[in-house]
Amino acid sequence: MTSSENPVRIAELSCGLEYSGIQKEIESATKQVNAVMVYPEVDISDIDNIEEEFGLKVASPDLKLMMARAKAIVTGKVHVDAVFVATCFRCAEAAIVRSEVRRYIHEHTGIPVISYSFTERTTAGTLLTRMEALTTTARRKSLLARDKQSGLTAGIDSGSTTTKAVVMKDNKIIGKGWVPTIKVLESAEEAYENALKEAGVDRKDIQALGTTGYGRFLLGEHFKADLIQEEITVNSKGAVYLADKQKGTATVLDIGGMDNKAISVMDGIPGMFTMGGICAGASGRFLEMTAKRLGVSITELGALAVKGNAQNVKMNSYCIVFGIQSLVNSLATGSKPEDVAAAACHSVAEQLFEQQLQEIDVKEPVIMVGGTSLIEGLPKAVEELLKVKVIVPENAQYIGAVGAALLASGFISR
Amino acid sequence: MKVFIYPTNSLVLSDLVERFGHEPLAIMQEIGKKVRTQSLDSPPINITPEDPKLGLKYAAVEVPSGVRGRMSLFDPLISNADAAIVVHDPAPSFGCMGCARTNELVNFLIRAKKIPLLELDYPSSEDDAKEFVYKISRFLKSLTEGKK
Repeated sequence: MTSSENPVRIAELSCGLEYSGIQKEIESATKQVNAVMVYPEVDISDIDNIEEEFGLKVASPDLKLMMARAKAIVTGKVHVDAVFVATCFRCAEAAIVRSEVRRYIHEHTGIPVISYSFTERTTAGTLLTRMEALTTTARRKSLLARDKQSGLTAGIDSGSTTTKAVVMKDNKIIGKGWVPTIKVLESAEEAYENALKEAGVDRKDIQALGTTGYGRFLLGEHFKADLIQEEITVNSKGAVYLADKQKGTATVLDIGGMDNKAISVMDGIPGMFTMGGICAGASGRFLEMTAKRLGVSITELGALAVKGNAQNVKMNSYCIVFGIQSLVNSLATGSKPEDVAAAACHSVAEQLFEQQLQEIDVKEPVIMVGGTSLIEGLPKAVEELLKVKVIVPENAQYIGAVGAALLASGFISR
Repeated sequence: MKVFIYPTNSLVLSDLVERFGHEPLAIMQEIGKKVRTQSLDSPPINITPEDPKLGLKYAAVEVPSGVRGRMSLFDPLISNADAAIVVHDPAPSFGCMGCARTNELVNFLIRAKKIPLLELDYPSSEDDAKEFVYKISRFLKSLTEGKK
């Protein structure tokens, strides 16, 4: 992103934002990604007629306004580059409208759209990754259309739990590094060094470098990266590239150490996405704790889970504390470790299904990526819930680094 | 008397209340106070993330933040109301309150105060409109007479 680019115009379709006191946070996040929020103008008659035209009757006037604004975008009355649909967390009526407005815009326009449910605690920091992804999708379609890596490039993915690095040459991965994230820069140096060593190349020979993940800005500055990009667009590219599903629809699921992403992709470009991060019970951290309690390593948990039956263990809570307590109680009453492992995977998959997959249109192929996708019990649990085959591509744990290296190759000729 | 009006941003109701010598309790005055508070900078109406917390006085934390933020604005209006006029299903041009859940709660709280209350439907014809204004004026006059 450069300051010479025109700001991306994002339409804000919301109910309750200004009364939750977080409009300033939204403005701050959009400013950081060189975007501006716009509020589509509608006539009072548009609001009067919208329920009949949209086909959804609602009690709240602000939701009628939201639908009327969506229609103004779809009919071309207002021109915007992207859409942000936001309503209060825990409002049932608004959740229905939010979901249908998002689907309506997605189906009738090619405009990227994201939906979000907020509380008064929502901050600019929480929104930044989402806004960055939204504006990137709107602004950098040509970069995102890249489907082959070229030259000698590298990608570093600084995640909350692990740091991954890859070196790629002529569309092949030639070096990999994967270390736990302890100190962001030191861990990235180590992972990058390991990848370079395996590839047998010098750092100075790398033609372009991309960074992604939580530490992307720090790493980007440190390594003088050509591309500093959030993980939603990077992981989408990485996933369809590794799964060889670059054309047509796909759904990318990434259960991370701290948050989860569910991304609906068309031709490798994210259309709709959600990013959860409120509850650790739905993250890879829960599986780590389960593995620790079962006395197995996280790499063994998946194989154990595949042998078990989740239905044999009763879990009373999704909470990382009380959920683990349920598992401990099950073990105390004679449950088999494999059933407990399966129940833990099922719990995480079920939360992803209930809390995030309802926010996007799940279209096949479904591609699971990230370190947790290697915990075999987890893709299996997702398959059981979605009733579709889940693809876990080779090198799925390096998804962000691969996506970053792939996209960074677009900068070589510059 | 201080008369709570609903919709709380209805200029017509606010004007009628004033004409009969009472003080309208309207949302404009509360938003005005927020907007004129110089130390605050939380556009567009200077509600900060602290306001939904103040709204916990009326609704628990599982109630959406937008409802609680609105309730913090309504708090002084509800607390100070000596009487109330509530119009059901108003047209947006008459006065529009954005959130149906907030409206339900506000109307309940006003009823629960057991103060003089006039509830009436938004008129759909000219005759209804005349009757509408007549009922409001009779109610407002009765408040004055009751005071005497």
